[in-house]
Amino acid sequence: MRSFTLGSVAVRVGIFLLCVLWFIPTLGLLISSFRDEADVKSSGWWTVITDPFSQWTFDSYRQVLESGMANAFVNSIVVSVPATVLPIMIAAFAAYAFTFMRFPGRNVLFMLIVGLLVVPLQVAFVPLLNLFGSYDLNGTFLAVWLAHTAFGMPLAVFILRSYMATLPQEIIESAEIDGASHFQTFWRLIVPMSVPALAAFAIFQFLWVWNDLLVALIFLGAGDNEVVTITLRDLIGDRGQEWHLLTAGAFITMTVPLLVFFSLQRYFVRGLTAGSVKG
Amino acid sequence: MSDDPYLKILNGLIAIVLGVGGTAALFWVLNFLSGLLPGKWERRVKPYVFIGPAIVVVAVFLVYPALMTVIYSFADDNSINWVGFDNYTALFRDDEFIGTLVNNLLWILIVPAASVIVGLLVAVLADQLKAFPERVAKSVIFMPMAISFVGASTIWGFVYATRFAQGDKQIGLLSAISTSLGFEPVAWLRISDYNLNDLLLIVIMIWLQAGFAMVLLSSAIKGVPEDTVEAARIDGASEIQIFFKVVVPQIWPTVIVVFVTILILVMKVFDIVYVMTGGRSGTSVLANTFVLELFEFGDAGRAAAVVVVLMIAVIPVMVYQMRQFKKQEAR
Repeated sequence: MRSFTLGSVAVRVGIFLLCVLWFIPTLGLLISSFRDEADVKSSGWWTVITDPFSQWTFDSYRQVLESGMANAFVNSIVVSVPATVLPIMIAAFAAYAFTFMRFPGRNVLFMLIVGLLVVPLQVAFVPLLNLFGSYDLNGTFLAVWLAHTAFGMPLAVFILRSYMATLPQEIIESAEIDGASHFQTFWRLIVPMSVPALAAFAIFQFLWVWNDLLVALIFLGAGDNEVVTITLRDLIGDRGQEWHLLTAGAFITMTVPLLVFFSLQRYFVRGLTAGSVKG
Repeated sequence: MSDDPYLKILNGLIAIVLGVGGTAALFWVLNFLSGLLPGKWERRVKPYVFIGPAIVVVAVFLVYPALMTVIYSFADDNSINWVGFDNYTALFRDDEFIGTLVNNLLWILIVPAASVIVGLLVAVLADQLKAFPERVAKSVIFMPMAISFVGASTIWGFVYATRFAQGDKQIGLLSAISTSLGFEPVAWLRISDYNLNDLLLIVIMIWLQAGFAMVLLSSAIKGVPEDTVEAARIDGASEIQIFFKVVVPQIWPTVIVVFVTILILVMKVFDIVYVMTGGRSGTSVLANTFVLELFEFGDAGRAAAVVVVLMIAVIPVMVYQMRQFKKQEAR
């Protein structure tokens, strides 16, 4: 495709303008988060261009961390890690059975999984609230872990099965001839061979849970256990004019996803493209 | 820090150990028990040991609640008495709800198409650049994908911010531009004429999703065989003709996949609207109305009905996905 050329100056100008357009909103937030409270509220962030050595400060970050964001950050980690690890193992077993075992109901059950991929999560919320409520689970980490495990399950099974289906069938057959049980084949052969798919799903699920507002809002809510997305939402709602806190708060919530994005971009892309159908 | 953070981290660790260990133990025990069965039965039972836990989780926390939601949608606000179709008739007699449906339609019509177009534009343009600038350009467009909807709402809330007091300088980019052109400062997200506020929210979603479209379309474009392009060029086709008659038809399946994926996402759009406007000034969408009905008005029946409407809207896409999957498997 490289020989497919347009006017090359026009191309460069066009792509440059698009990139600037795409980057400016984030840049404005980033610059503002390091400006003094009074400056943020009295002049546009772009004025730093003419006065680049005005006072930069970490004050906003310190303030927002002290006002609950640090606590929420810990909560987000506590929510996200188990909510990522738990569905993977359960899904891996199921994906193995769907790929390498023959049994009645296999196709019907798998079509159910494919269908559930696009079901809006909201459809489960009210009865789940009642169910968790009858065990006093609403507002606890256990409730969100269970909810995220279930909501991530169809996608996990789907991604892992798609990947396992590409593994050479002969390996499993020869393992069977050698007398290995399914259990042994699963742990010793299939899991190690499926690491790329497991990693892709893990990244996708982790980011999805970390960035999630809706599930956290319904099952965890505000309070001592609230996660970063809820804290940020409350900052916007209650103190919509406190832009110095908002900008710093937004960046704190974005640190982990951006870190994952820049360090694991290849897996990240793979996970997103495989998993973007999730509800 | 309010509570003891170490206690929470300990909790999380226990959850991982118990959850993972417990699940592993469960599989081991079930596998062991099924191994005690006579040979033929062992082979029959074992697949269900492997898929059992996944199916139970999905059945208890997804399928059962979904069916209950349909039942609740025919009951009153506390899910106690039957009310027949009252929730639905009330919804469809409410002009605000009709407005909500129109908004959802607006999102569906604009976001997938616009994201595909921007994504395609970037993919084509970046493809002309050298390797390094291409990577930088793509990263810039793709980066918003890592940002949460709430984070994106903060970013754009700052762009749309307006100050009204006399003598105050504008700190939001959009208002700064409009006032410097001599217009009066306006509260952008309250302007419902021509759905302007909806469109401003839609821009955020396009900003988030274009990168996803770009990544997939870019790899599809790079997969177009060089000789098909060369052949068209020898036949004297212009670059524009080559793009639309040679390249686009070959990447069309990817275009459809991207379009459908973004479509599914947009049908369920929630966070942006909830955070930016809470659905005020006529900007609500179905998922937002659901949360409002449930928490602000405490009407579980109405909330369930809203979700069932959303569910029905998703069914065609779901059938399409299942058909596509079957076609793929048949190959």
